[in-house]
Amino acid sequence: MTGAQALIKSLEMEDVEVIFGLPGGAILPVYDPILDSSIRHILVRHEQGAGHMAEGYAHVTGRPGVAMVTSGPGATNIVTPLSDAAMDSIPIVVITGQVATGSIGTDAFQECPITGVTMDVTKHNWLVTDAQDIPRVVAEAFEVATTGRPGPVLVDVPKDVSNAQMDWYWPSSASDLDLPGYHPASEGDPRAVREAAKLILSASRPVIYAGGGILKAHAADELKELAERTGIPVVTTLMARGAFPDSHPLALGMPGMHGNYTAVTAMQRADLLVALGARFDDRVTGKVAAFAPEAKVVHVDVDPAELGKVRQPEVQIAGDARRVIAELLRALEALGSATAELPASSRPDLGPWMAQIRAWQKQFPLAYRQEEGGALKPQYVIETLRDMTPDDTIVVAGVGQHQMWASQYWRFDYPYTWVNSGGAGTMGFAVPASIGAKVGRPGKMVWAIDGDGCFQMTAQEIVTASAERIPVKIAILNNAYLGMVRQWQELFYEERYSEVYLSPDLPDYVKWAEAMGAVGMRVETAEEVEPAIEKANGIDDKPVVVDFRTDAFEKVYPMVPALASNDDIIVGPTYGEGGR
Amino acid sequence: MKPPVRHHIVSARVENKAGVLARVSGLFSRRGFNIYSLAVAPTHDERFSRITIVVDVESAPLEQIVRQLDKLVNVVEIAELAPEEATERELLLATVRAAPADRGQVIALVGVFEGTIVDVGLDAMTVLLAGSPSKIDDFEALIRPFGIVELQRTGRVALPKLARRAARLRAVPSVGGDGAS
Repeated sequence: MTGAQALIKSLEMEDVEVIFGLPGGAILPVYDPILDSSIRHILVRHEQGAGHMAEGYAHVTGRPGVAMVTSGPGATNIVTPLSDAAMDSIPIVVITGQVATGSIGTDAFQECPITGVTMDVTKHNWLVTDAQDIPRVVAEAFEVATTGRPGPVLVDVPKDVSNAQMDWYWPSSASDLDLPGYHPASEGDPRAVREAAKLILSASRPVIYAGGGILKAHAADELKELAERTGIPVVTTLMARGAFPDSHPLALGMPGMHGNYTAVTAMQRADLLVALGARFDDRVTGKVAAFAPEAKVVHVDVDPAELGKVRQPEVQIAGDARRVIAELLRALEALGSATAELPASSRPDLGPWMAQIRAWQKQFPLAYRQEEGGALKPQYVIETLRDMTPDDTIVVAGVGQHQMWASQYWRFDYPYTWVNSGGAGTMGFAVPASIGAKVGRPGKMVWAIDGDGCFQMTAQEIVTASAERIPVKIAILNNAYLGMVRQWQELFYEERYSEVYLSPDLPDYVKWAEAMGAVGMRVETAEEVEPAIEKANGIDDKPVVVDFRTDAFEKVYPMVPALASNDDIIVGPTYGEGGR
Repeated sequence: MKPPVRHHIVSARVENKAGVLARVSGLFSRRGFNIYSLAVAPTHDERFSRITIVVDVESAPLEQIVRQLDKLVNVVEIAELAPEEATERELLLATVRAAPADRGQVIALVGVFEGTIVDVGLDAMTVLLAGSPSKIDDFEALIRPFGIVELQRTGRVALPKLARRAARLRAVPSVGGDGAS
């Protein structure tokens, strides 16, 4: 068997059902056995699309997404998705072709040292120099991508290695892998877990700070149990939307720079933060020195390097969130019933804290106003879309204002229904990621909520969706601007708008959608929103693009200005702002 | 040149594979930290190498770097060695000007430091000295006046002190922490 055949067979052994990719010279040998494989291949129009599709697939299924591209520019085009996946801990496996081993280092045609280029944006990468290593390296790649803190990996396969003969085998157990330095954390230290339980039982203003690690660890059920057993309210970060149901009475929604007032302020006033699979990102903390000044911190993360990276915790627990929460529940039970040291009966009453939280929620709700006959508000489009789609609809966002509004105004009641680029902030993520999500969950409705700036970066993948009959739906919140940058220029650069205007009708999004084999629609008024969504929901054999012409003056609120304390949250616009 | 005041020793056992050194050093360079010295060679088990890095950096970022290094798939074990808890050695090779009139003094100096003369030319000698970094520093300062043609130090290698010896040596600080030579 050739190395190429072994590579495809190895992917089959890993139960890969789909590869997103685009062939080229150095990867040619590997594309031949794809014709005989059970694995579906989706031919993308740009390699960046393949990477984001693999990410979207991984986001919604929890299984590693696989992308395959050629050497040189094919490989460099997928660096952005690798970086994106590294920031958001998304398991993807990228296979790249490489020039023949004898040509490496000679500046051969389409040569690029991709293992060096991607060293800092992958969890690990491999250059395969012997065809006999292929099954073992593929098995190692999947092991590393999916265990511990998940992340992207890359396997670089030179053309002569693909063409070489090898004797097939498959590593039957972990001991057949050559990973002597890889030991992901799993269980928490029992003493630390007990300390954490004590802090929980002695706190009077506690908040659970749930991050994307909850979803990676499949710990949504355990999180709910912890919240309900302790009565502690939960904020869900941008990466954790859906990890705790927004309709739950203990749900506070999203914290951070564009979080709601209650989520932000509850963290600021808390006397205990229970951080579960969260990494104290600067978009959550604002100015670190002023973040949650009175709070003790319990930090649980599968990655020991996150503990104390930004905020020194009182109790740090390196472990898998699901297992640690289960251990924590047992420790709480033991403290409540088995010891007199700190019985649950002596626990402070959380009543006043919850009353304060309810008061904030009542006083500072998210707000916008859609005036009759007035400009179409982006929030109105999102709320209408939310109300007209099934509860388990998968929502995929790009990066910018539309992303924040989608996170704020959607109601996420199920895990794995929210897909976005959080840490890296990759514009253009939504279109390809929504395609990957729909491939992973074909039975669910998938709506991308995109910006006009983002859409133009990767829209060509709609051709892929049309050709492969992947019926994603894309709502462009078209305000004719790079809206988030415009918002900052309006608020912090004295309305000096520099290079942010895009035009509402160049390109013509409806014609462009139609040219790519999709249905295109345009919506200019609030009255047209419902009929358009109804029509889009009814189309199930091709992609749909709806061009919503929204109000360019609308800004994302609340907002904590960059580097400011979260106490300086701006709840909403002042009268007359933005030329009104 | 004296080692920096805030120097820390990081000792890592890594897989003996291509690219591992780049991964390790990359975690320092991407934060703008300079590596003061670096020594790498296979251990008694050929599958692994030991990397000893001396770096001039504050303790807090170093702890973060060590945790990041520990995450590297190829890093098997890693520890920061406090200088007082480590046995450290370094090797120096120097070609020193030694015209016939000075030759005797250079030979005497090498003898005092228990070094070795490894090469002799008409007006220069190459000398070798292995020892603790501070001893190497002292020797370097004393031979400098003769005129150094070329000098190369290996950077230090270090292993943790054994518990039973460390306890004894702590009571005798004047030995200089290595108890040898």
